[in-house]
Amino acid sequence: MMLVLLITVLMVGAVAAVVAGEWSRHVPRWIALVACVIGLMCVIAIWANTSPAGGSVPSGQWLLDYRKSWIPSFGISFHLAVDGLSLLLLALTFFLGVLAVLCSWDEIRERTGFYYFNLLWILAGVAGVFMAMDLFLFYFFWEVMLIPMYFLIGIWGSENRVYAAYKFFIFTQASGLLMFLAILGLYFIHGQDTGIYTFNYFELTGTVIPFKSAFWLMSGFMIAFAVKLPVFPFHTWLPDAHGEAPTAGSLILAGLLLKTGAYGMLRFVVPMFPEAVREAAVPAMVLGVVGIIYGAVMAYSQTDLKRLVAFTSVSHMGFVITGIFALNELALQGVVMQLVTHALSTGALFLMAGMIKERLHTRDIGEMGGLWGPMPQMGSIGLVFAMASLGLPGLGNFIAEFLILLGVFQAHPWITVAAASGLIFSAVYSLRIVGKIFLGPRKTMETVPDFSFREMLIMAALTVSIVWLGLFPQPVIDTARPAITELVRFMDVQSAALQHQPYVKQ
Amino acid sequence: MDKFLWLIPALPLGGFLILAFAGKYISRKAVAIVGAGSICLSALVMFAVGGAFLSGMPENAVYTQTLWTWFEVGDFNAKITLSLDALSLVFVFAITFIGALIHIYSTAFMEADRDYARFFASMNLFVFSMLVLVLADNLLLMYLGWEGVGLCSYLLIGFWYEQPANGAAARKAFTVTRIGDAAMAIGLFMVFQQAGTLVVSEIGANASAIWQPNSTSVTITALLLLAGGLGKSAQLPLQTWLPDAMAGPSPVSALIHAATMVTAGVYLVARMHTIFALSETARLVVAVIGAATLLLAGLTALTQYDIKRVLAYSTISQIGYMFLALGVGAWTAAVFHFMIHAFFKALLFLAAGAIIESLHHEHNMFKMGGLKDKMPVVFWTFLAGAISLAAVPLVSAGFYSKDQILWYSWSAGGGNAVLWAVALAGALITAAYTTRMMILTFWGESHTPIGHLPGRRMTMPLVVLALFSVFAGFIELPHNFGHFTLFSDLLHPVLPETFMKENIPSEWLFQLLAALATLGGIFLGYYYYYQKPSRIENLRRNGLVVQLHRFWFSGWAFDALYDRMLVKPFIYISSINKKDITDKLYTGIAAITGDMYKLLSRTQSGSLRWYIMGLVAGAILILGIQIML
Repeated sequence: MMLVLLITVLMVGAVAAVVAGEWSRHVPRWIALVACVIGLMCVIAIWANTSPAGGSVPSGQWLLDYRKSWIPSFGISFHLAVDGLSLLLLALTFFLGVLAVLCSWDEIRERTGFYYFNLLWILAGVAGVFMAMDLFLFYFFWEVMLIPMYFLIGIWGSENRVYAAYKFFIFTQASGLLMFLAILGLYFIHGQDTGIYTFNYFELTGTVIPFKSAFWLMSGFMIAFAVKLPVFPFHTWLPDAHGEAPTAGSLILAGLLLKTGAYGMLRFVVPMFPEAVREAAVPAMVLGVVGIIYGAVMAYSQTDLKRLVAFTSVSHMGFVITGIFALNELALQGVVMQLVTHALSTGALFLMAGMIKERLHTRDIGEMGGLWGPMPQMGSIGLVFAMASLGLPGLGNFIAEFLILLGVFQAHPWITVAAASGLIFSAVYSLRIVGKIFLGPRKTMETVPDFSFREMLIMAALTVSIVWLGLFPQPVIDTARPAITELVRFMDVQSAALQHQPYVKQ
Repeated sequence: MDKFLWLIPALPLGGFLILAFAGKYISRKAVAIVGAGSICLSALVMFAVGGAFLSGMPENAVYTQTLWTWFEVGDFNAKITLSLDALSLVFVFAITFIGALIHIYSTAFMEADRDYARFFASMNLFVFSMLVLVLADNLLLMYLGWEGVGLCSYLLIGFWYEQPANGAAARKAFTVTRIGDAAMAIGLFMVFQQAGTLVVSEIGANASAIWQPNSTSVTITALLLLAGGLGKSAQLPLQTWLPDAMAGPSPVSALIHAATMVTAGVYLVARMHTIFALSETARLVVAVIGAATLLLAGLTALTQYDIKRVLAYSTISQIGYMFLALGVGAWTAAVFHFMIHAFFKALLFLAAGAIIESLHHEHNMFKMGGLKDKMPVVFWTFLAGAISLAAVPLVSAGFYSKDQILWYSWSAGGGNAVLWAVALAGALITAAYTTRMMILTFWGESHTPIGHLPGRRMTMPLVVLALFSVFAGFIELPHNFGHFTLFSDLLHPVLPETFMKENIPSEWLFQLLAALATLGGIFLGYYYYYQKPSRIENLRRNGLVVQLHRFWFSGWAFDALYDRMLVKPFIYISSINKKDITDKLYTGIAAITGDMYKLLSRTQSGSLRWYIMGLVAGAILILGIQIML
């Protein structure tokens, strides 16, 4: 029931916000804030209850489960469940949700009711994606995220917003349809094999699929997730969407929407198509490495701060896909860590870009410079997150990238060697960010105020989190462990089975 | 006492945190007290813990303290564990003791600076990172300190951030060392894959069981770790960042060159000596890089005008000696030279800082001159540092440490005549450029009027360091006279004895030659810059000499080479693709769709005749097909 509450609180909040928006400009933001805070507290409550210290330790991977029949004639049910992986991502969703509301506090002045409606609706979709255990329901939530985001970019974005919104919509929608086809394919193959037509995740994972069909079905899922993640060369919607979206939009895009792609791979692609995944591992990892390097090189040349940060995301997400296809515990734990820490560090950089834009009315880093003088606090925080982005030990991102590289090294040393060049490139672009914005002579003589209390609060929350994750990452690792070890064990069993039945792959 | 170990790094960290969060709100005096006080307290704790360690040597010769488990995944686990053995004690001593002196000096040196608190915050963090680096019991925690050092060098080299050149120097330092760090990270992965652990003592204990001697894997592992060391220690081919690093305030240079950062590579190789011991190739590479670097940097130092650049290149050169010693297997000699070098190099940089400040930020030695009588304290202390750098026989600490290395570069297991000859030539060059620097700065006519003289907070550290630069050498005397081996005895539980070749010539001969090289170098400097300065003018007319001078002056054109080979191509590739070529794929699809739409929409012209003609043509086509089939 708790799981349903997580989604309903957001949806009810969304409707309340749009209604309240008719009467007042300021009420919707309070409603949105309250909805997100309630959700965050619920997640923390679930976490506390299911952690080893909290008493009721579930025996398996799954912590909570909720199931209700929805369209029984097609085998569709409203089935939500969370394991450690989902829980972490849900916590991230609501945490970033709170920050997204706070950072929109003064930035959004028009149509606030509808704005917060969209914001909360996206969050509801994301939360649903992280919990849905019915493929039809999953697809439903996948689409729920999409349309409000389209509005968010298209209405509250900056100059080129309409183009960016269309591009985002078409990329996501087209790839989403491929996934839907794959879901249907899986549904019918499973139905023909067993006579049971169902969208239930737990039943579909056991489907025995001929290798060739498995490959095509996997591709359907993979393309949807690869576009979202994004994997090179499907990344080109990202800089436009990030660049034009309002601050909260960029925050949610980078922090949550990209993560749904990685989540989808971990939750669906790997367990459903184990052999195909093994076959595709090396090409996928190579694409990941290309993304790491390409994103970093692209980031170096950008002059628009938000586009720059968007390309760093491409680079960081390259680590994610490389790690996923290493298929061992070290790398997968690194991936989970990377999802969380990248959301925080890149989110912080986007927030900072928004704050600078409010002050200087530009995103062009050529027009910034020397801002450390008037804004030492923002400078220090900016430095922290630039360092997080380049993977400085002591901050969360290091744990993530270290584990991924270490895990990948066990599987394919040469891929790690290539990926490690990302450590150098990330230093190059991160220092360029700091140098161009905060160091050097002042370009403008306007007075720019340092952090306001609200901004300080947002950035302090992020800074504390990223440092905490860098020094004490174990709680996150422990939370994700059952899900990850289960996945690794499953893959091992599969490959053992494969050795006994070589005819499967034909 | 071992339960207080954590305090040694924690105090500087505390200082950093206080200054970072409250630095704006407290008085400058309080900033100075917190900033310098934290390091002084840390040094005191070090003396207490170190004293207890030395008096009652623990059973396995090491203090360890586990603070918490950093993270644990599968069979990998990393703990935040500090461990103190004789090797780390030497480094901790140098870092905290010299660091404390540098901090005291800085309270006066930086007094007029706007960002007093930011300066001390960064300095404290620097000391903290370096302490973590040397106290870490596993390679991952060491890597944390290692990268922290890189960050702090970035912050401090670019301390005066408004000048773009300083920012560029800071970026360069971080990026160049990061190249080494990336290689080192791969080295860590290799170590873990083969040894299943990153704990240094476990690797050391099982190294010979894990790796075949001289196998490819051990050589590669050693070389990858070495690459990290080369970056931080500014050795060939990653030495280019260090000369630019003097863009930071002088105390920062003193800290980077003496107590922290550049010595990290020496520490790493010494710490991982079990791996290097298994690979002859790797050791040879270390020795050759050390020898090449010491020669190259020495010749470069000979041509510089800027006093801090001379010192910077001399650091590269002296670290080259340490690498040479490590490479030939003279582990303790390398660490001994590290310690002595830390004293005199900190001294030289602090004294140079005092001179530069008194001369209104004049860096050029040719515009100094005549300071001998005007700044007596600085002169005498600088002289003490200079004789130690030049290794003046018997009376300087530098002689005892460098003489050992010269001797071992021939006689130790990995030594040979070529390495020795290079090292000897380096000794001559060192003496020559040191003499040149002394004469240009302190003798001759005064070219720049001096401002105020340094106060007591600045001179006191100079005097202390001068005493150590002269007398610290006596704790380790050569085998043939005195044979007093306090320092190497201390280190032998950690570092192996130096393996000697058989049938080697008498050590006396080597000492005599080393002394002659030093004196010869001093004479050369004296002759060309004091007695017959006209000879220099004659040399300037020689085209070849001018070319050579220009080449050496530029640091053997490494900057230009890297700029052309790496930096420019990277920027070029990056900038031509600013608009992202892959996007053309999608805009192309969109354009084709648009064109097709236009093409088809032409058919919808609204003209009835066209429509009827289309109908008729279609009907004929279908009928035709049917008839044909």
